[in-house]
Amino acid sequence: MPLEMSLLTLEARATPSVSAAWLSPLLALTLTAITGAAIFLIMGKSPGIALYIYFVEPLTSWSGLSEVLVKAGPLILIGVGLSIGFRAGIWNIGAEGQFIAGALLGSAPAIFFYESVNPLILPLMMLLGILGGMGWAAIPAILKTRFNANEILVSLMLVYVAELLLIHLVQGPWRNPQGWGFPGTRMFPDAALLPVFFAGYRIHLGTIIAIVVPLLVWFALAKTQFGFQIKVFGSAPLAARHAGIGEKRMIWVTLMIGGGLAGLAGVIEASSTIGQLVPKISPGYGFTAIIVAFLGRLHPVGALLAGIAIAVTYIGGEGAQISAGLPKAVTGLFQGIILFYLLAFDLLTRYRLTRITISKNAT
Amino acid sequence: MAFAGALVIASGAASAEKLKVGFIYIGPPGDFGWTYAHDQGRMQIEKELGDRVETTFVENVPEGPDAERAIAKLAETGHELIFTTSFGYMEPTLKAAKRFPNVKFEHATGYKQADNVATYNAKFYEGRYVQGVIAGKMSKTNTVGYIASFPIPEVIMGINAFLLGAHSVNPDIKLKIVWAYTWFDPPKEADAAKVLMDQGADIITQHTDSTAALQAAAERNVLAFGQASDMIQFAPSTQLTSIIDEWGPYYVERTQAVLDGTWTSGDTWHGMSDGLVVMAPYTNMPNDVATLAAETAESIRTGAFHPFTGPIHNQAGELVVPEGEVADDGMLAGMMFYVKGIDDEVPN
Amino acid sequence: MTELIIASIMTIMTAATPLIFAATGELICEKSGVLNLGVEGMMLIGAVFGFAAVTVTGAPMLGVFAGALAGIFASLIFGFLTLSLLSNQVATGLALTIFGTGLSALFGLEYVGKTIEQIEPIYIPVLTDLPIVGRILFGHDPLIYLAIGILGLTAWFLRRTRAGMVLRAVGDSDYSAHAIGYPVIAIRYAAVAFGGAMAGLGGAYLSLAYTPLWAENMSAGRGWIALALVVFASWRPSRVLLGAMLFGGITILQLNAQAAGLGIPASYMSMLPYIATIVVLVLISRDSTRIRLNAPACLGRAFRAER
Repeated sequence: MPLEMSLLTLEARATPSVSAAWLSPLLALTLTAITGAAIFLIMGKSPGIALYIYFVEPLTSWSGLSEVLVKAGPLILIGVGLSIGFRAGIWNIGAEGQFIAGALLGSAPAIFFYESVNPLILPLMMLLGILGGMGWAAIPAILKTRFNANEILVSLMLVYVAELLLIHLVQGPWRNPQGWGFPGTRMFPDAALLPVFFAGYRIHLGTIIAIVVPLLVWFALAKTQFGFQIKVFGSAPLAARHAGIGEKRMIWVTLMIGGGLAGLAGVIEASSTIGQLVPKISPGYGFTAIIVAFLGRLHPVGALLAGIAIAVTYIGGEGAQISAGLPKAVTGLFQGIILFYLLAFDLLTRYRLTRITISKNAT
Repeated sequence: MAFAGALVIASGAASAEKLKVGFIYIGPPGDFGWTYAHDQGRMQIEKELGDRVETTFVENVPEGPDAERAIAKLAETGHELIFTTSFGYMEPTLKAAKRFPNVKFEHATGYKQADNVATYNAKFYEGRYVQGVIAGKMSKTNTVGYIASFPIPEVIMGINAFLLGAHSVNPDIKLKIVWAYTWFDPPKEADAAKVLMDQGADIITQHTDSTAALQAAAERNVLAFGQASDMIQFAPSTQLTSIIDEWGPYYVERTQAVLDGTWTSGDTWHGMSDGLVVMAPYTNMPNDVATLAAETAESIRTGAFHPFTGPIHNQAGELVVPEGEVADDGMLAGMMFYVKGIDDEVPN
Repeated sequence: MTELIIASIMTIMTAATPLIFAATGELICEKSGVLNLGVEGMMLIGAVFGFAAVTVTGAPMLGVFAGALAGIFASLIFGFLTLSLLSNQVATGLALTIFGTGLSALFGLEYVGKTIEQIEPIYIPVLTDLPIVGRILFGHDPLIYLAIGILGLTAWFLRRTRAGMVLRAVGDSDYSAHAIGYPVIAIRYAAVAFGGAMAGLGGAYLSLAYTPLWAENMSAGRGWIALALVVFASWRPSRVLLGAMLFGGITILQLNAQAAGLGIPASYMSMLPYIATIVVLVLISRDSTRIRLNAPACLGRAFRAER
């Protein structure tokens, strides 16, 4: 007797679907909002109002918008750097440490030349910030290329080391002598602070940099050989090796870019909204930027948009605490959920659902 | 926009006449430590002035740029008096204060004021002295384990006061100090307590915020002191006492001042005499020790005795407070040296 | 002095136990070819749900069970995404960590500041009172024995049972195993779930025995150290115990050094566990032969049965 079965199955796409690449972040955000509504209902809050406060309200006022951009700045910069590495399959999880290292090295001129009025001090700080982040990322790079040590674990352990180093420095050798013994360096001189635009709001030069850099990187990646190489290396490492794309070079370059951008974000943060070095200068930017990178589909401009989206949830989360009594932990939960949905829909970019028929003829 | 309108109306109608007072917390009110104590103070405002005042709080606000935004948000939404309850909020508070000159700010444990920024702190060292006296009497191994958080004047002052109190009744007391580099990390605090006990400490005290150390000590039947609130329920048979941060009276006073229009900036550093520092009931000790502790606390409270009364020598042996004199607030606020009797060095 | 050494060993064992649980679970998971970076998140989920269970029911062992169960559920989210939806294992593991951190923080809000009956060390008359070895062998809390017991079972399972051999085959050569007829995906699901249960247990240990408290982020990086531990142990269970004691020991050592007044800057000493992890990783990874011999060849690679 003949037997026929119709099955839904996954078929690998020859090339990743572009429309799905744009669709999945939107789908992920939508589903997160729906899940969020359910969570709010369970918590006894009105889902409509809560969702509005989280996702929309931050964008409805100039102060909200400016705060979103200010918060998004470090997320975008780090996210762009991470995107490049992740594309190539280099998992830099230690951006938080590179952020701190960049802030440390970059702030040194402001701390040691604390009465300076020299306009060159800012560019110097930016440069040192980049170098600091690169230096910190060089450690996992060396250890991976020379000793094959896993860059995920090395870069992550270095986050803890960097945090402790920061605490040590701002409480000891770099502590403000007029600070009554409290931890923290001197306030940076005005020449070492990034200029602010639009008085009354906090948008500063660093925010502008964070918007320009993704566009520059996008251009660089699209137009250069290197950009192409990263893509190949990430999706087909063996083929890449045959084509002469050195694995070691790829590891170094991607980690240097990731570290450099994270370090830049660090020194920008220190010389803008904080204005000094204190024991804790990052609320986890280096880790949140991982979500930003994925939400942005590992694309620099995607990171720009994703950074803004994530920043909205942060600002919205604070507003929700004040206006709706929602705890801060909900924001963190949202971020995890966004990433899960994103990864689930990732499937659609690489595979397509087709129906096949199997028939079995009994003899 | 409809939703936002509805929200504003909903909160606006209820608070049309009431003074809005905001609080920025570094941790969760449920921590039973630092933030819990501030939240108790906030609730005191509601209890005594609830007909004219309503309060809001934002918890788990990290120090830094996020803090400035949270503070500004409170200011933007009509709060006229804002308490920022952690040292690291100092610069963010000052910056926000510049942007909102009509809002009054109170910054805890800070040292910078402005026309609309006042600072306040409590003389916890008074409580530490009393604890030291108790420890001096109760310790059999003459070794006290001290779990310190960060090497800042506040903490060093506390260590010194504790030792001075202990030495006043028992010159052989030695302190073993561990720096946890955190205010709140229960497993780490538990480890610190265990290590101190392993090394012979038979009394544990802490300047970190969780109940973990107290409970780790209780597990081994080791006496300990609670911190920031009365933690007796966590260690009913081993807690000796606890320094309770009573912010209520100060908060009510300042809120009343805003209501009356008499609020001015300044620096307030009150202690037992103003009810800001209160000792939890003395438990798990013989009556004579409890009496001594109560008497010591009373003499501090009435001003008859100051814990940092000379002669006080620093570690190098130099006389820093002459006999009969009292360390002034300036020396205390910037205290970064140990008194004689502590063998370790101050970190950094 | 002897007293201090014995006491320190006891404290070190406590510090090592969460690591033993989490590393054992991750070891099995990785042996089947799956890299789950979500250990930190699963530990936190185990910690909060275990704590909640004990708060509600008052039964410590129920908390242990609840922690393991919660860990399993968390790991299955990861399993579903990576094994059935074929998502990238590294990214999904990270997502699990972020999700677990957020969920545990939210769920745990109402448990901050509460406490429970702590799980006590055991006491066997005569045996525990033996000099020196008494407490070290017979004086730990029951979960420590459970951890070591499971570790031992795992070692036996991998080396001496057919099922263990199949697991190893799946991790070393998934397509060949599939060709022979072993259900690769199902086996990996089981391994992932076991990893989740163990991570959940490790987390529950923190909130039930290590301290009788819940606090956000209380694992403080232990999940990541457990991941490093698996590499350190070259995927061999016998080494996990040693590694866990070393890592746990360093944390305790730095506190001891401070308490003894040795004068080494405390912040530098606090860095020791993390720097030690890096050093160990480098030393282990250098020997690429050993790595190749012991690391599952298919680690991290998605498996899709071809028609």
